[in-house]
Amino acid sequence: MAKITFNTHDDKTHTVDVQNGLTVMEGAVQNDVPGIDADCGGGMACATCHVYVNEDWIDKLPDKEDGEEDMLDMAYEPKSNSRLSCQITVSDELDGLVVSIPSKQG
Amino acid sequence: MIKTDALIIGAGPTGLFTAHQLRLIGLNCEVVDNLDKIGGQCIELYPDKPIYDIPSVPACTGEELTNNLIKQLENFKINFHLGERVDEVKKDDEGWIVKTNHNKSFLTPNVIIAGGVGSFEPRKFPPKECEKFENKTILYSVKNKKIFEGKTVSIFGGGDSALDWAVELSNTSNVNLIHRREDFRGAKATVDKVLDLVKAGKINLYTKYQMLNAKGEHSLESIDIKHDNKEIKNLKTDYALGFFGLIMQLGPIADWGLNIDKKTIEVDTEKFETNQKGIYAVGDICNYPGKLKLILSGFHEGALAARACFKLARPNEKYRFEFTTTSKAAQERLGVSKK
Repeated sequence: MAKITFNTHDDKTHTVDVQNGLTVMEGAVQNDVPGIDADCGGGMACATCHVYVNEDWIDKLPDKEDGEEDMLDMAYEPKSNSRLSCQITVSDELDGLVVSIPSKQG
Repeated sequence: MIKTDALIIGAGPTGLFTAHQLRLIGLNCEVVDNLDKIGGQCIELYPDKPIYDIPSVPACTGEELTNNLIKQLENFKINFHLGERVDEVKKDDEGWIVKTNHNKSFLTPNVIIAGGVGSFEPRKFPPKECEKFENKTILYSVKNKKIFEGKTVSIFGGGDSALDWAVELSNTSNVNLIHRREDFRGAKATVDKVLDLVKAGKINLYTKYQMLNAKGEHSLESIDIKHDNKEIKNLKTDYALGFFGLIMQLGPIADWGLNIDKKTIEVDTEKFETNQKGIYAVGDICNYPGKLKLILSGFHEGALAARACFKLARPNEKYRFEFTTTSKAAQERLGVSKK
């Protein structure tokens, strides 16, 4: 289990408990965090679960798989700390993770 | 005005099989989709990705599934209205009047929404200033390439659409190609061609830049682009083209008086009818207790909605349940009857 904090476009923060093994995207969807649509359902095919990872955490996440960077080309305002939240699997090590959702996605 | 027994919105797998079910029981139908091709998400988002949970098909790609569904419809000669979005659904004494953004209208007792997550629309530049120039000098697709002749065109994106247009327009226009990173995901041959043209001075390449602002009185005059290192460049340009793929939006469906919760439409599980009589929702866009967003669920929902359509389309006839293995009428419609 990990506590994950989402900063949303409306300047609110949502801290939710996410079970190990789920993805950060699933944690957001199950807890109705706005701005994570995940239209393709986690297939790395739509870029609607794009998040900015807090700088302190960016190096602690597993590396991007092939295709994630390509898909981020489609995301709104991608930055160097951009990730697709469907590609980040939750584990105890991610307890305290903070991500922000791009305002245009809200 | 086109009169039909049922109008299907969405040509994804669910819409296609729903059309099959309608035609099989002797109803006619028309299919409208905002994409310019048949297949919905299967063809647009994951044509090459394998699907493993279609009953009796151990594995197939989104494209194969689509092609097989189209093949299954072959004898029905269904009219597809592609590249058109349904904008309006209004009640009339005779039924539902459905209008598209290309001013096509339909009269039908039954509207079946098989719209997935909504209609595919191009993903746009984030800066608000870009809206002012949209469809004039800021574009997300090319309809007439002649307008670019002798002009400066700034193309954004790293996939095949962006690269193909950069190559094509470099013959007759001054082309800027702007991409957020140094790697391109387009086909290798196209990437090589672009890089050759950059070397030859035919394309001005700006990598690690993104659109920051669009400027101009009436038409676009220049754009600001911002580097990862925060440096800002101003480029004089007549046109800006963005190729960031498509995004799904519920769009006008939200205005048709349906019960909508979190971008899905509430239906019953007998007819898959919405709160409006004669409007049904099937596939990913419908919602009911226990709903699974699986293609196979969409097939079931479409089959039941099709039977419900029969009542409104043929009020004086009685629907008879029949199997395709034995029904002469069904086999005739399928074009497989023995003469």
